[in-house]
Amino acid sequence: MATLSPTIRVQQTDQGGGGTAPPIPGGGGDGGRGDGYPDHGQRLRRLRLALAIGLTSVTMIFISLTSAYIVRRGLPTFDDHTGTYIQDWIPVQLPLALLLINTALLAASSLTAELARRQIIRQAALAPVRSIPGVSLGRESGFPWLALTVVLGFGFLTGQWLAWRELADRGFYLATSASSSFVYLLTAVHGVHLIGGILVLLYAAVVSLLHRPVEGRRIVVDVTAWYWHFMFGLWLGIFALLWFVR
Amino acid sequence: MVAQDAHAHAGPQGFIRKYVFSLDHKVIGLQYYFLALAAVFVGMFLSLLMRIHMIWPTAILPLVGEIRPETYLQLLTMHGTIMVFFVLTTAPQSGFGNYFLPIQIGAPDMAFPVLNMLSFWTTFVAFVVMLAAFFAVGGAPLHGWTGYAPLSALTNSGPGEQLGADLWITSIAIFCIASLMGALNFITTVLDLRAKGMTMMRMPLTCWAWLITAILGLLAFGVLLSAGILLLLDRNLGTSFYVPLVVVNGQVMGHKGGSPLLWQHLFWFFGHPEVYIAILPGMGVASQLLSTFARKPIFGYKAMVYAIMAIGILGFVVWGHHMFMSGMSPYSAFAFSIMTMAIGVPSAIKTFNWLGTLYKAKIRFQTPMLYAIGFVSLFVSGGLSGPFLAQPVLDIPLHDTAFVVGHFHLIMGVAAIFGMFAGTYYWFPKMFGRMMNESLGRIHFVFTLIGTYCIFMPMHYLGMAGQPRRYSQFTEVAYLQHLMPLNRFITYAAFVTIAAQVIFVINLFWSMFKGPKASDNPWESTTLEWTTATPPPHDNFAGHTPVVYHGPYEYSVPGAAKDYVMQTDPAGVTAH
Ligand code: HEM
Ligand SMILES: [Cu+2]
Repeated sequence: MATLSPTIRVQQTDQGGGGTAPPIPGGGGDGGRGDGYPDHGQRLRRLRLALAIGLTSVTMIFISLTSAYIVRRGLPTFDDHTGTYIQDWIPVQLPLALLLINTALLAASSLTAELARRQIIRQAALAPVRSIPGVSLGRESGFPWLALTVVLGFGFLTGQWLAWRELADRGFYLATSASSSFVYLLTAVHGVHLIGGILVLLYAAVVSLLHRPVEGRRIVVDVTAWYWHFMFGLWLGIFALLWFVR
Repeated sequence: MVAQDAHAHAGPQGFIRKYVFSLDHKVIGLQYYFLALAAVFVGMFLSLLMRIHMIWPTAILPLVGEIRPETYLQLLTMHGTIMVFFVLTTAPQSGFGNYFLPIQIGAPDMAFPVLNMLSFWTTFVAFVVMLAAFFAVGGAPLHGWTGYAPLSALTNSGPGEQLGADLWITSIAIFCIASLMGALNFITTVLDLRAKGMTMMRMPLTCWAWLITAILGLLAFGVLLSAGILLLLDRNLGTSFYVPLVVVNGQVMGHKGGSPLLWQHLFWFFGHPEVYIAILPGMGVASQLLSTFARKPIFGYKAMVYAIMAIGILGFVVWGHHMFMSGMSPYSAFAFSIMTMAIGVPSAIKTFNWLGTLYKAKIRFQTPMLYAIGFVSLFVSGGLSGPFLAQPVLDIPLHDTAFVVGHFHLIMGVAAIFGMFAGTYYWFPKMFGRMMNESLGRIHFVFTLIGTYCIFMPMHYLGMAGQPRRYSQFTEVAYLQHLMPLNRFITYAAFVTIAAQVIFVINLFWSMFKGPKASDNPWESTTLEWTTATPPPHDNFAGHTPVVYHGPYEYSVPGAAKDYVMQTDPAGVTAH
């Protein structure tokens, strides 16, 4: 099957890494690959587009869970003791104070993510100037917004976990009632998405330690920050659903 | 030019990087294709066992042994699931789409090659997990490809509903994730990687079909994923999303208050778009081929694009037509019925445009074209029974009979398979640099077309006569006795049709190594994949970027030198 992927004779470049990135224009690599790429604007636009598309499917997941929630909540169920139809939906006693604190944490992390995003845009814009020998721009305020975002993100997740413990203490387990099943499920699915975001932020932080070009990092941070904002909005939606449609 | 060449890359060296964990969309496309090929043979083998069991229920088969009623249901489930997910969703979209979408829009690769590789290997894992269900204790699940609760939601509802069903759901969930990644890549690629001059309205209809299919997948697979998660929770952690108070074998289960209909809604909200995910790429291929081999521009290009969009949108509001039997309110049934019949309009537009393309054409009847015409034929024959099933009063007696089996096999199953055959015979020269054997192709076509009709047409009569679907033993049932000759006929036809697929396999692999060398554009097509070398180089266009000047189907253009104008042909631009 030597014809599967023919190798054409083209000029070898010294880019290394197997040289699997396709050429410009229109080419692209996944985040992290292809630094040294000339067209960062294009890559940024492409990743933002991909993010919007990806978030569409995340939205569909939550729309389907929400509609399942509403349908299930309205269903009467047959009761074997009385032989009649009853409502088995027990409103969950949510630990409201704790959840409000968590919400505040996530709001703060969304803010710091935004500051990190703007900070790195500034750095990227100044990078060419900075690289001119003899030009000094003074010290850039290197406040670790990114790290703070990660810490706040972990804080939120810990808070959610505490909320689960609190729910269990109040007698609401996963299978107690469909209502509590949904509380655990929605928070868990949201949490998994947040963990994904944290992993990418950690990746961006590690990359920044490696002194990779700021442009590539900027793209990662930018896209993740938008993702993070979305996760914050999503949490507000979930919280509102769980609270107002108990 | 020099600057561009500096960015052209050699392909990766070494077997693993080149063929296994390749980032090249062409290799990934072929990987998907061969995965689907393996899957289709598994699925076909299972269907043969089912057909054998239907007419010789007590036969002891070599290797397989006796097929008991529950075995029949397991075969049925795995056949349907493998066919729908690992064949029809895999080859037409992920296989051909991966290979040809980037080339047809003039891109060097997909937008995210690493993600692309991940999608394939995730799909592969899903397939392995699915096959593992056969070997689980109790065997494969028996809840059908639709996995209706509570049968699917209880672990003691039958053999195969223990580990086998968990593997089944897990596999589907993994498949959903893989499909979501693929859809993301496809959409980004179309929106962002088109070559200069390749406006949306200059894209070949194949690309439109792949784009809309990807959008459907993006919106539908997430819903199936959530539905699957709820099912897993019900099965393993005691929740009651789908399971009401039930008694199984005299034992009261712990569940309470769940709704089996909730599963049906979620499943079919995915399930109906899924049938379009299966068929739209075939429609794209059919459009491309009818125009090419009729040497005429496609009739009503814009109408074709809008029809695909309309089908995509309407496809999301008709899922209730699978649930007329569920006791839904007559008002909703009416709404779903009207919506379903509305889909007939864009479908008819497409059909008439295909016929309009053929009208008064000097058709070149080569194998790819035969399959494209076969596709239209099956789509029409299968589609005509759709409006019947769309009416609740007619669906109630026909639902769960062989009539439905005949309907969906023609329109979704075999029509999509014909789209795949058409694509294979058409693109084979580009993919492997050699031609397939024309005589073998024609023989294969005749057997497959006639065989398919012999299998699935009589099923409509069986259904109208009351033969139920998903039942294993008919031979002892008095009122079905007079149908047995027809059932035997179907099984014999299935034998012959399946045997005829050997011709295809021989042709495929023989031509891959021994077929006559293909030129760069053996069919005299106009789209971009035919402008590049055969097979295409690693970056598709050997370091240069195509510029597009024409629409995709400029055949028999008055005043042009040849009877077709390549999309990249700068000449003749002013003539328009
Ligand atoms: C060789 C050609 C094929 C034959 C002989 C065949 C035969 C059958 C039979 C006998 C059944 C069971 C009907 C019942 O008892 O309800 C069935 C079900 C099914 N088949 Fe096929 N089939 C073929 C190809 C395909 C293809 C290409 C597809 C792709 C869509 C497909 C999809 C399905 C599905 C989705 C079901 C329903 C499974 C369920 O009820 O859960 N089949 N087929
Ligand atoms: Cu449908």
